[in-house]
Amino acid sequence: MQVRRPDDRRERIRVLSEALMGLADRPVKVMEVCGTHTVSIFRQGLRALLPPTVELVSGPGCPVCVTSQGEIDAAVALARLRETTVATYGDMIRVPGSGTTLEEERSRGADVRVVTSADQALSMARSDRNRNVVFVAVGFETTAPATAAIVIDAWREGLDNFMVLNLHKSVPPALEALASDPEVKLDALLLPGHVSVITGMEPYRFLPEKYGIACAVAGFDAEDIMLALVEVIKQVREQKPRVASLYGRAVRPLGNAEARSAMERVLTLKDASWRGLGVIPSSGYSLREEFSRFDAIDRLGITVSSTPPPKGCMCGDVLKGLIDPPSCGLFGAYCTPAHPVGPCMVSTEGSCAAFYRFLRGRRTDWEH
Amino acid sequence: MCLAVPHRIIALRAANRALALAGAVETEIRTDLVPGLGEGDLVLVHAGFAIERLLPEEGEELERLWEEVRELAGPQTR
Repeated sequence: MQVRRPDDRRERIRVLSEALMGLADRPVKVMEVCGTHTVSIFRQGLRALLPPTVELVSGPGCPVCVTSQGEIDAAVALARLRETTVATYGDMIRVPGSGTTLEEERSRGADVRVVTSADQALSMARSDRNRNVVFVAVGFETTAPATAAIVIDAWREGLDNFMVLNLHKSVPPALEALASDPEVKLDALLLPGHVSVITGMEPYRFLPEKYGIACAVAGFDAEDIMLALVEVIKQVREQKPRVASLYGRAVRPLGNAEARSAMERVLTLKDASWRGLGVIPSSGYSLREEFSRFDAIDRLGITVSSTPPPKGCMCGDVLKGLIDPPSCGLFGAYCTPAHPVGPCMVSTEGSCAAFYRFLRGRRTDWEH
Repeated sequence: MCLAVPHRIIALRAANRALALAGAVETEIRTDLVPGLGEGDLVLVHAGFAIERLLPEEGEELERLWEEVRELAGPQTR
Protein backbone atom coordinates (compact mmCIF):
# COMPACT_ATOMS: atom_id res chain seq x y z
CA MET A 1 0.00 0.00 0.00
CA GLN A 2 1.27 3.45 -0.92
CA VAL A 3 1.16 6.13 1.75
CA ARG A 4 -1.25 8.93 0.82
CA ARG A 5 0.43 12.29 1.25
CA PRO A 6 0.99 15.44 -0.78
CA ASP A 7 3.18 14.90 -3.86
CA ASP A 8 5.15 18.10 -3.45
CA ARG A 9 7.89 17.94 -0.83
CA ARG A 10 7.44 21.50 0.36
CA GLU A 11 3.73 20.95 0.71
CA ARG A 12 4.40 17.82 2.80
CA ILE A 13 6.60 19.78 5.18
CA ARG A 14 4.01 22.59 5.38
CA VAL A 15 1.28 20.08 6.24
CA LEU A 16 3.48 18.46 8.88
CA SER A 17 4.35 21.82 10.40
CA GLU A 18 0.67 22.76 10.53
CA ALA A 19 -0.18 19.46 12.20
CA LEU A 20 2.55 20.08 14.79
CA MET A 21 1.29 23.59 15.52
CA GLY A 22 -2.15 22.15 16.24
CA LEU A 23 -0.84 19.33 18.42
CA ALA A 24 1.78 21.02 20.57
CA ASP A 25 -0.44 22.74 23.11
CA ARG A 26 1.93 22.10 26.04
CA PRO A 27 5.70 22.32 26.58
CA VAL A 28 7.50 19.22 25.32
CA LYS A 29 11.25 18.62 25.62
CA VAL A 30 12.46 16.35 22.83
CA MET A 31 16.02 15.09 22.54
CA GLU A 32 17.41 13.98 19.20
CA VAL A 33 20.02 11.41 20.09
CA CYS A 34 21.82 11.07 16.80
CA GLY A 35 24.38 13.54 15.44
CA THR A 36 23.10 12.94 11.92
CA HIS A 37 19.66 14.07 13.10
CA THR A 38 21.23 17.17 14.69
CA VAL A 39 22.88 18.19 11.43
CA SER A 40 19.77 17.42 9.37
CA ILE A 41 17.59 19.54 11.67
CA PHE A 42 19.94 22.51 11.30
CA ARG A 43 20.68 22.12 7.60
CA GLN A 44 16.99 22.00 6.71
CA GLY A 45 16.04 24.80 9.06
CA LEU A 46 13.45 22.69 10.88
CA ARG A 47 13.72 24.61 14.14
CA ALA A 48 11.98 27.55 12.45
CA LEU A 49 8.99 25.34 11.63
CA LEU A 50 8.37 24.15 15.18
CA PRO A 51 5.83 25.58 17.61
CA PRO A 52 7.45 27.51 20.50
CA THR A 53 6.25 24.83 22.92
CA VAL A 54 8.57 22.24 21.37
CA GLU A 55 12.06 22.38 22.84
CA LEU A 56 14.58 20.42 20.78
CA VAL A 57 17.84 19.46 22.49
CA SER A 58 20.75 17.44 21.15
CA GLY A 59 21.97 14.37 22.98
CA PRO A 60 25.17 12.35 23.23
CA GLY A 61 24.79 10.85 19.75
CA CYS A 62 28.06 11.88 18.17
CA PRO A 63 30.63 9.16 18.95
CA VAL A 64 33.56 11.54 18.47
CA CYS A 65 32.00 13.99 20.96
CA VAL A 66 31.63 11.43 23.72
CA THR A 67 35.15 10.02 23.35
CA SER A 68 36.99 10.90 26.54
CA GLN A 69 40.16 12.95 26.53
CA GLY A 70 42.12 10.04 28.00
CA GLU A 71 41.10 7.92 24.99
CA ILE A 72 42.32 10.61 22.57
CA ASP A 73 45.60 10.76 24.52
CA ALA A 74 45.95 6.98 24.08
CA ALA A 75 45.47 7.34 20.30
CA VAL A 76 48.13 10.09 20.25
CA ALA A 77 50.51 7.89 22.26
CA LEU A 78 50.02 5.08 19.71
CA ALA A 79 50.76 7.46 16.81
CA ARG A 80 54.09 8.33 18.48
CA LEU A 81 55.29 4.73 18.49
CA ARG A 82 57.93 3.71 15.94
CA GLU A 83 56.91 1.67 12.91
CA THR A 84 53.25 2.28 13.66
CA THR A 85 50.43 3.52 11.45
CA VAL A 86 47.27 4.86 13.08
CA ALA A 87 44.15 4.69 10.92
CA THR A 88 40.81 6.18 11.90
CA TYR A 89 37.62 7.87 10.68
CA GLY A 90 37.93 11.55 9.67
CA ASP A 91 36.72 13.64 12.59
CA MET A 92 38.86 11.80 15.12
CA ILE A 93 42.12 13.29 13.93
CA ARG A 94 41.17 16.84 14.97
CA VAL A 95 39.93 16.15 18.50
CA PRO A 96 42.27 17.72 21.06
CA GLY A 97 43.68 15.41 23.69
CA SER A 98 45.25 16.94 26.76
CA GLY A 99 48.34 17.83 24.69
CA THR A 100 47.90 17.51 20.92
CA THR A 101 45.69 16.00 18.22
CA LEU A 102 46.37 13.12 15.82
CA GLU A 103 46.50 15.73 13.05
CA GLU A 104 49.29 17.62 14.84
CA GLU A 105 51.16 14.36 15.36
CA ARG A 106 50.89 13.73 11.63
CA SER A 107 52.37 17.14 10.87
CA ARG A 108 55.32 16.13 13.08
CA GLY A 109 55.88 12.99 11.06
CA ALA A 110 53.57 10.39 12.58
CA ASP A 111 51.82 8.09 10.11
CA VAL A 112 48.16 8.94 10.74
CA ARG A 113 45.69 8.04 8.00
CA VAL A 114 42.01 8.72 7.52
CA VAL A 115 39.85 5.84 6.31
CA THR A 116 36.23 5.76 5.21
CA SER A 117 35.92 2.01 5.67
CA ALA A 118 37.27 -0.27 8.38
CA ASP A 119 38.33 -2.58 5.55
CA GLN A 120 40.92 -0.03 4.37
CA ALA A 121 42.72 -0.24 7.72
CA LEU A 122 42.99 -4.00 7.34
CA SER A 123 44.36 -3.63 3.79
CA MET A 124 47.13 -1.38 5.16
CA ALA A 125 48.15 -4.13 7.59
CA ARG A 126 48.16 -6.70 4.77
CA SER A 127 50.28 -4.57 2.46
CA ASP A 128 53.14 -3.98 4.92
CA ARG A 129 53.59 -6.77 7.45
CA ASN A 130 56.60 -5.02 9.02
CA ARG A 131 54.56 -2.10 10.36
CA ASN A 132 51.96 -2.18 13.08
CA VAL A 133 48.62 -0.79 11.95
CA VAL A 134 46.34 0.39 14.76
CA PHE A 135 42.73 1.07 13.81
CA VAL A 136 41.25 3.61 16.24
CA ALA A 137 37.71 2.23 16.24
CA VAL A 138 35.10 4.74 17.27
CA GLY A 139 31.34 4.59 16.86
CA PHE A 140 28.10 3.13 18.15
CA GLU A 141 26.27 -0.05 17.17
CA THR A 142 26.06 1.15 13.55
CA THR A 143 29.84 1.09 13.23
CA ALA A 144 30.94 -1.68 15.63
CA PRO A 145 29.92 -4.62 13.34
CA ALA A 146 32.42 -3.45 10.67
CA THR A 147 35.18 -3.49 13.29
CA ALA A 148 34.09 -6.96 14.41
CA ALA A 149 34.17 -8.18 10.79
CA ILE A 150 37.74 -7.00 10.18
CA VAL A 151 38.97 -8.41 13.50
CA ILE A 152 37.56 -11.79 12.44
CA ASP A 153 39.41 -11.40 9.11
CA ALA A 154 42.67 -10.49 10.86
CA TRP A 155 42.27 -13.53 13.14
CA ARG A 156 41.63 -15.87 10.18
CA GLU A 157 44.58 -14.48 8.24
CA GLY A 158 46.91 -14.37 11.25
CA LEU A 159 47.59 -10.66 10.67
CA ASP A 160 49.45 -10.02 13.90
CA ASN A 161 50.57 -6.53 12.87
CA PHE A 162 46.93 -5.39 12.92
CA MET A 163 45.46 -4.01 16.16
CA VAL A 164 42.46 -2.06 17.36
CA LEU A 165 42.14 0.76 19.88
CA ASN A 166 38.57 -0.10 20.68
CA LEU A 167 36.51 2.95 21.65
CA HIS A 168 33.11 1.61 20.54
CA LYS A 169 30.17 2.54 22.72
CA SER A 170 26.60 1.35 23.14
CA VAL A 171 23.65 3.74 22.85
CA PRO A 172 20.91 2.20 25.06
CA PRO A 173 22.88 2.40 28.36
CA ALA A 174 23.64 6.08 27.69
CA LEU A 175 19.94 6.70 27.12
CA GLU A 176 19.22 5.01 30.45
CA ALA A 177 21.78 7.29 32.14
CA LEU A 178 20.01 10.34 30.68
CA ALA A 179 16.50 9.04 31.40
CA SER A 180 17.36 8.43 35.05
CA ASP A 181 19.13 11.80 35.51
CA PRO A 182 16.78 14.10 37.46
CA GLU A 183 18.42 17.18 35.89
CA VAL A 184 17.70 16.17 32.30
CA LYS A 185 13.89 15.64 32.37
CA LEU A 186 13.05 14.46 28.87
CA ASP A 187 9.51 14.01 27.56
CA ALA A 188 10.47 12.37 24.29
CA LEU A 189 13.34 10.93 22.29
CA LEU A 190 13.99 10.74 18.55
CA LEU A 191 15.87 7.45 18.42
CA PRO A 192 18.82 7.00 16.07
CA GLY A 193 17.77 5.35 12.80
CA HIS A 194 21.02 3.68 11.84
CA VAL A 195 21.91 2.42 15.32
CA SER A 196 18.44 0.85 15.30
CA VAL A 197 19.15 -0.86 11.96
CA ILE A 198 21.56 -3.03 13.97
CA THR A 199 19.89 -3.19 17.40
CA GLY A 200 16.22 -3.32 16.39
CA MET A 201 13.55 -1.79 18.65
CA GLU A 202 13.71 -4.09 21.66
CA PRO A 203 16.64 -2.43 23.51
CA TYR A 204 14.65 0.83 23.80
CA ARG A 205 11.51 -0.60 25.34
CA PHE A 206 12.58 0.35 28.88
CA LEU A 207 12.36 4.04 27.94
CA PRO A 208 8.54 4.22 27.72
CA GLU A 209 7.95 1.38 30.18
CA LYS A 210 10.26 2.40 33.00
CA TYR A 211 10.63 6.15 32.45
CA GLY A 212 7.44 7.13 30.58
CA ILE A 213 9.43 8.66 27.69
CA ALA A 214 7.77 8.87 24.26
CA CYS A 215 9.98 7.42 21.52
CA ALA A 216 10.15 7.19 17.75
CA VAL A 217 12.83 5.62 15.57
CA ALA A 218 13.26 8.15 12.80
CA GLY A 219 14.90 8.49 9.40
CA PHE A 220 16.96 11.49 8.44
CA ASP A 221 15.23 13.75 5.95
CA ALA A 222 13.03 16.69 6.92
CA GLU A 223 9.83 14.72 6.46
CA ASP A 224 11.08 11.80 8.58
CA ILE A 225 12.03 14.12 11.44
CA MET A 226 8.83 16.21 11.35
CA LEU A 227 6.74 13.02 11.31
CA ALA A 228 8.65 11.65 14.27
CA LEU A 229 7.97 14.88 16.17
CA VAL A 230 4.24 14.57 15.41
CA GLU A 231 4.35 10.98 16.68
CA VAL A 232 6.13 11.67 19.97
CA ILE A 233 4.02 14.74 20.74
CA LYS A 234 0.90 12.67 20.12
CA GLN A 235 2.24 10.06 22.56
CA VAL A 236 2.91 12.75 25.18
CA ARG A 237 -0.61 14.21 24.79
CA GLU A 238 -2.27 10.83 25.01
CA GLN A 239 0.06 9.75 27.84
CA LYS A 240 0.74 6.53 25.94
CA PRO A 241 4.51 6.40 25.53
CA ARG A 242 5.88 3.61 23.35
CA VAL A 243 8.59 2.98 20.76
CA ALA A 244 7.13 3.85 17.35
CA SER A 245 8.86 2.67 14.20
CA LEU A 246 8.82 5.30 11.47
CA TYR A 247 11.88 4.14 9.55
CA GLY A 248 10.51 0.80 8.43
CA ARG A 249 12.25 0.94 5.06
CA ALA A 250 15.57 0.36 6.88
CA VAL A 251 14.86 -0.81 10.44
CA ARG A 252 13.54 -4.33 11.08
CA PRO A 253 11.91 -4.87 14.51
CA LEU A 254 14.65 -7.30 15.55
CA GLY A 255 17.50 -5.43 13.86
CA ASN A 256 20.31 -7.03 11.84
CA ALA A 257 21.00 -10.42 13.45
CA GLU A 258 24.03 -11.16 11.25
CA ALA A 259 25.74 -7.90 12.25
CA ARG A 260 24.95 -8.50 15.92
CA SER A 261 26.33 -12.01 15.78
CA ALA A 262 29.64 -10.66 14.40
CA MET A 263 29.69 -8.15 17.27
CA GLU A 264 28.82 -10.78 19.86
CA ARG A 265 31.57 -13.07 18.62
CA VAL A 266 34.28 -10.42 18.92
CA LEU A 267 33.10 -7.83 21.44
CA THR A 268 31.86 -7.84 25.00
CA LEU A 269 30.34 -5.05 27.09
CA LYS A 270 32.36 -3.23 29.75
CA ASP A 271 31.91 -0.05 31.78
CA ALA A 272 32.95 2.97 29.73
CA SER A 273 33.68 6.62 30.34
CA TRP A 274 31.62 9.08 28.25
CA ARG A 275 32.64 12.68 27.97
CA GLY A 276 30.10 14.68 29.90
CA LEU A 277 28.19 11.69 31.20
CA GLY A 278 30.95 9.99 33.21
CA VAL A 279 31.31 6.24 33.61
CA ILE A 280 28.21 4.34 32.47
CA PRO A 281 27.93 0.63 33.36
CA SER A 282 28.12 -1.83 30.43
CA SER A 283 28.15 0.95 27.83
CA GLY A 284 31.40 0.27 25.98
CA TYR A 285 32.70 -2.60 23.94
CA SER A 286 36.01 -4.37 24.44
CA LEU A 287 37.56 -7.28 22.55
CA ARG A 288 36.80 -10.72 23.92
CA GLU A 289 39.63 -12.79 25.39
CA GLU A 290 39.87 -14.89 22.22
CA PHE A 291 40.72 -11.76 20.21
CA SER A 292 42.79 -9.94 22.84
CA ARG A 293 45.95 -10.19 20.76
CA PHE A 294 44.40 -7.55 18.50
CA ASP A 295 43.95 -5.12 21.41
CA ALA A 296 46.41 -2.24 20.94
CA ILE A 297 46.23 -1.27 24.63
CA ASP A 298 47.34 -4.72 25.82
CA ARG A 299 49.86 -5.36 23.08
CA LEU A 300 51.61 -2.00 22.93
CA GLY A 301 51.54 -1.16 26.63
CA ILE A 302 49.51 2.05 26.35
CA THR A 303 47.39 3.27 29.26
CA VAL A 304 44.13 5.19 29.09
CA SER A 305 44.14 7.72 31.88
CA SER A 306 41.25 9.77 33.15
CA THR A 307 41.92 13.41 32.36
CA PRO A 308 39.65 16.33 33.24
CA PRO A 309 38.01 18.23 30.33
CA PRO A 310 39.62 21.52 29.20
CA LYS A 311 38.99 24.46 31.50
CA GLY A 312 35.73 26.25 30.76
CA CYS A 313 34.55 23.62 28.25
CA MET A 314 30.88 22.77 28.78
CA CYS A 315 30.58 19.94 26.24
CA GLY A 316 29.32 17.75 29.10
CA ASP A 317 26.27 19.93 29.70
CA VAL A 318 25.71 20.30 25.93
CA LEU A 319 25.73 16.50 25.52
CA LYS A 320 23.06 16.13 28.20
CA GLY A 321 20.89 18.78 26.56
CA LEU A 322 21.17 20.97 29.69
CA ILE A 323 22.46 24.04 27.83
CA ASP A 324 22.50 25.38 24.28
CA PRO A 325 26.06 25.65 22.89
CA PRO A 326 26.00 29.48 22.89
CA SER A 327 25.57 29.39 26.69
CA CYS A 328 29.15 28.10 27.00
CA GLY A 329 31.60 30.92 27.70
CA LEU A 330 34.07 29.58 25.13
CA PHE A 331 31.59 29.29 22.25
CA GLY A 332 32.31 31.40 19.19
CA ALA A 333 35.09 33.37 20.86
CA TYR A 334 37.64 30.86 22.13
CA CYS A 335 36.14 27.73 20.60
CA THR A 336 35.39 27.65 16.86
CA PRO A 337 35.48 24.92 14.18
CA ALA A 338 38.93 26.21 13.09
CA HIS A 339 40.25 26.17 16.67
CA PRO A 340 38.04 23.78 18.64
CA VAL A 341 38.49 23.35 22.38
CA GLY A 342 35.88 20.66 22.99
CA PRO A 343 34.83 17.71 20.83
CA CYS A 344 31.30 19.06 20.19
CA MET A 345 32.94 21.79 18.10
CA VAL A 346 35.33 19.39 16.34
CA SER A 347 32.96 16.87 14.88
CA THR A 348 30.81 18.10 12.01
CA GLU A 349 28.00 16.34 13.85
CA GLY A 350 28.64 17.99 17.19
CA SER A 351 25.91 20.35 18.36
CA CYS A 352 28.38 23.20 18.93
CA ALA A 353 29.66 22.91 15.35
CA ALA A 354 26.09 22.74 14.04
CA PHE A 355 25.06 25.86 15.98
CA TYR A 356 28.18 27.66 14.78
CA ARG A 357 27.74 26.68 11.13
CA PHE A 358 24.03 27.21 10.74
CA LEU A 359 22.96 29.86 13.24
CA ARG A 360 25.94 32.19 13.39
CA GLY A 361 24.99 35.59 12.03
CA ARG A 362 21.33 34.99 12.83
CA ARG A 363 21.72 35.04 16.58
CA THR A 364 23.97 37.32 18.53
CA ASP A 365 23.35 36.20 22.09
CA TRP A 366 26.63 34.26 22.28
CA GLU A 367 28.79 37.26 21.48
CA HIS A 368 30.11 37.64 24.99
CA MET B 1 29.13 9.45 12.14
CA CYS B 2 26.26 7.01 11.77
CA LEU B 3 25.61 8.31 8.29
CA ALA B 4 24.55 5.53 5.94
CA VAL B 5 24.09 6.00 2.22
CA PRO B 6 21.78 4.00 -0.08
CA HIS B 7 23.71 2.07 -2.75
CA ARG B 8 22.53 -0.21 -5.57
CA ILE B 9 24.55 -3.42 -5.97
CA ILE B 10 25.74 -3.71 -9.56
CA ALA B 11 28.02 -6.76 -9.39
CA LEU B 12 28.92 -9.35 -6.79
CA ARG B 13 32.59 -10.07 -6.30
CA ALA B 14 34.52 -12.74 -4.47
CA ALA B 15 35.05 -12.85 -0.70
CA ASN B 16 32.05 -10.93 0.62
CA ARG B 17 32.48 -7.98 -1.66
CA ALA B 18 30.35 -6.22 -4.24
CA LEU B 19 30.55 -3.26 -6.57
CA ALA B 20 27.85 -0.76 -5.62
CA LEU B 21 26.60 2.50 -7.07
CA ALA B 22 25.47 5.64 -5.24
CA GLY B 23 24.63 8.51 -7.57
CA ALA B 24 27.45 8.40 -10.11
CA VAL B 25 30.00 6.91 -7.74
CA GLU B 26 30.98 3.25 -7.86
CA THR B 27 32.49 1.79 -4.69
CA GLU B 28 33.54 -1.64 -3.55
CA ILE B 29 31.60 -2.57 -0.43
CA ARG B 30 31.64 -5.49 1.99
CA THR B 31 28.51 -7.63 2.05
CA ASP B 32 29.20 -10.02 4.96
CA LEU B 33 26.81 -8.29 7.38
CA VAL B 34 23.76 -8.77 5.11
CA PRO B 35 23.50 -12.38 3.88
CA GLY B 36 22.06 -13.29 0.50
CA LEU B 37 22.53 -10.02 -1.37
CA GLY B 38 22.26 -10.05 -5.15
CA GLU B 39 22.70 -7.74 -8.11
CA GLY B 40 20.14 -4.95 -8.16
CA ASP B 41 19.53 -4.97 -4.39
CA LEU B 42 19.30 -1.58 -2.71
CA VAL B 43 21.30 -1.46 0.53
CA LEU B 44 22.32 1.04 3.19
CA VAL B 45 26.12 1.35 3.35
CA HIS B 46 27.99 2.55 6.43
CA ALA B 47 31.78 2.61 6.84
CA GLY B 48 32.21 0.51 3.71
CA PHE B 49 29.83 -2.25 4.80
CA ALA B 50 26.25 -2.93 3.69
CA ILE B 51 24.27 -2.89 6.95
CA GLU B 52 20.72 -3.57 5.71
CA ARG B 53 18.49 -3.95 2.67
CA LEU B 54 16.24 -0.99 1.95
CA LEU B 55 12.63 -1.94 1.39
CA PRO B 56 10.30 0.01 -0.87
CA GLU B 57 7.38 -0.12 1.57
CA GLU B 58 7.49 2.21 4.53
CA GLY B 59 5.64 0.31 7.21
CA GLU B 60 2.16 0.45 8.70
CA GLU B 61 2.93 2.90 11.47
CA LEU B 62 4.05 5.53 9.00
CA GLU B 63 0.96 5.02 6.85
CA ARG B 64 -1.34 5.40 9.85
CA LEU B 65 0.51 8.50 11.01
CA TRP B 66 0.14 10.23 7.63
CA GLU B 67 -3.62 9.58 7.80
CA GLU B 68 -3.72 11.42 11.12
CA VAL B 69 -1.45 14.23 9.94
CA ARG B 70 -3.75 14.91 7.00
CA GLU B 71 -6.70 15.11 9.34
CA LEU B 72 -4.87 17.39 11.78
CA ALA B 73 -3.69 19.77 9.07
CA GLY B 74 -7.20 20.38 7.79
CA PRO B 75 -9.49 19.38 4.93
CA GLN B 76 -7.60 21.13 2.12
CA THR B 77 -4.79 18.59 2.33
CA ARG B 78 -6.85 15.43 1.89
